[in-house]
Amino acid sequence: MKETQMKDRLPSRQLRKRRLQEWLGVVAGRGVLIVVNVLALGIFCGLLWKAGPILQAIPLCDLLFSSDWHPLKNSFGLFPFIVGTLAVTGLAMLMAIPVCLLASVYLAEYAGRRFRELARLVIDILAGIPSVIYGLCGILVIVPFVAWLGDRAGAATTGYSLLAGGLVLAVMVIPFIISISVEVLRMVPDPVRESALALGATRWETVKYVVLRKAKRGLLAAVVLGFARAFGETMAVLMVVGNVAEVPASVFDPAYPLPALIANNYGEVMSIPLYDAALMTAALILMLVVAFFSLTAHYTLMRIGAANE
Amino acid sequence: MKSRKREEVFFKALMMASLTLVFLALTGIVAVIAAKGLSSLNLAMILETPKGGYYLGKEGGIANAIIGSLYLVAGATVLSLLISLPVALALQKEYLGKRFADITRLVLDILWGTPSIVYGAFGFVVMVLLGLRASLLGGIIVLTLLMIPIMARAMDEAVRLVPFELKEMAYAIGANRIETTLAVVLKQALPGIFTGVILAFGRGIGDAASILFTAGYTDEIPTSLLDPVASLPLAVFFQSGTPVPEVQARAFTAALILLFIVLVVNIIARLLGWRFSRNIVR
Repeated sequence: MKETQMKDRLPSRQLRKRRLQEWLGVVAGRGVLIVVNVLALGIFCGLLWKAGPILQAIPLCDLLFSSDWHPLKNSFGLFPFIVGTLAVTGLAMLMAIPVCLLASVYLAEYAGRRFRELARLVIDILAGIPSVIYGLCGILVIVPFVAWLGDRAGAATTGYSLLAGGLVLAVMVIPFIISISVEVLRMVPDPVRESALALGATRWETVKYVVLRKAKRGLLAAVVLGFARAFGETMAVLMVVGNVAEVPASVFDPAYPLPALIANNYGEVMSIPLYDAALMTAALILMLVVAFFSLTAHYTLMRIGAANE
Repeated sequence: MKSRKREEVFFKALMMASLTLVFLALTGIVAVIAAKGLSSLNLAMILETPKGGYYLGKEGGIANAIIGSLYLVAGATVLSLLISLPVALALQKEYLGKRFADITRLVLDILWGTPSIVYGAFGFVVMVLLGLRASLLGGIIVLTLLMIPIMARAMDEAVRLVPFELKEMAYAIGANRIETTLAVVLKQALPGIFTGVILAFGRGIGDAASILFTAGYTDEIPTSLLDPVASLPLAVFFQSGTPVPEVQARAFTAALILLFIVLVVNIIARLLGWRFSRNIVR
């Protein structure tokens, strides 16, 4: 692609113009890439900079592991929110993972090509439903359901609870995880399946002993991506989770995840600088955790993709 | 032998049950929103802006949110297209070392996964720095940030699917990198690029967390870039929590319209992807 051999000759005017055009294009292209990278760095640095005051004023340990949340008295313990986020996300993943694995194994291994394509199309389209709509459905359907369930179980609950948040979040991440999982399972080469079947294994045994084992890392990556998605999800959870700043004791208790904390309070608190910084720390935690998980997952998927090429 | 067969049947049943559950849950969502929304949908709701006393259930519709959302996302789509397309094209291996391209891809993946509330908070910080208040401009900027990674990654996938042999042909007849990119790659990747734009549009129009602080909310239709602007997702969010049934009905209608737009946009993206791909060399 380099035009070195042309250099000996005298470049015509048009050639010079084209070279200039190419040079400009390439430089512009690289420039745009640099801009994108700088943008990511800028978001990170911006959050770090705004979180700075509280990171200096309060030891990180207290900030992360104290349950004392009284912004007006200058005590900022993020522990209840961190536990809330982990609990809601964990609960959602607990419910979503088995369903996702089973459904995607069916789509990838049992279903015919036509049905698989159609199902994936539907699932991909549904994965695009905005989170406020999931939240609204949560208010309409899941919250009353959880209240009824709590009544049965003898727990006092309004329905706005950890369980409601977990359920809504589970439904939200399911299409996302299935979509990636099916792709991962389809990447397992067919000869592998055929040799297992030829040895007399049933379909399910082929899946259990061969396909799942081969796709293990990819499936893990899909789950991790789903986790990262759920971890930062704001609106749907905020609408059903109850938002009480205490460490929840049961699944029927309300919780208060980090994204909900930011969404509910940010923008009104500019007058208390440390409060502002505490919320920025929450945003920073979200970004770092999500970045870490999605980075490892994407890296794994990229390596699997490269190995298959 | 029997137990092996039984295990097979058992797990197959379990799988079908989960798949049914997934479809039931997802169609249930569409059904619930449609049922709730259709009962309160009428022409006045779509065409009128609120006429004061809005949160108490007085008359008026959600035209402000519909128009506002379209303004916001149209602006953000154009801006992010202007950035994402060059990014996706520049990620081709002729332009860069593989390493830098891979790093940029990972960075885009991180941005892609970054929660929208983080964009919202960051956007608010930037707006305070610039002295902007919650406005159409602020909302557009934040949505642009949110949509760039979605668009760029989708386009990058499309650009990467262009067979290298095709590019080699262009190079062989003396085209340089820019000419090849514009004449061959762009044309080949066009359906994918279009799909990327539409997908990002769908994500942008439904996102509430990022514009919560940056776009504000108002009963008026904005007349300048510096006016605050209403949006459909926030209309759902703000009005679903009230006890007044008329206000809740507006939340349902807003949700229905939002869902309709998103579903239509997504379906168009897939269908056009198929249609365009007939002219593509693979």
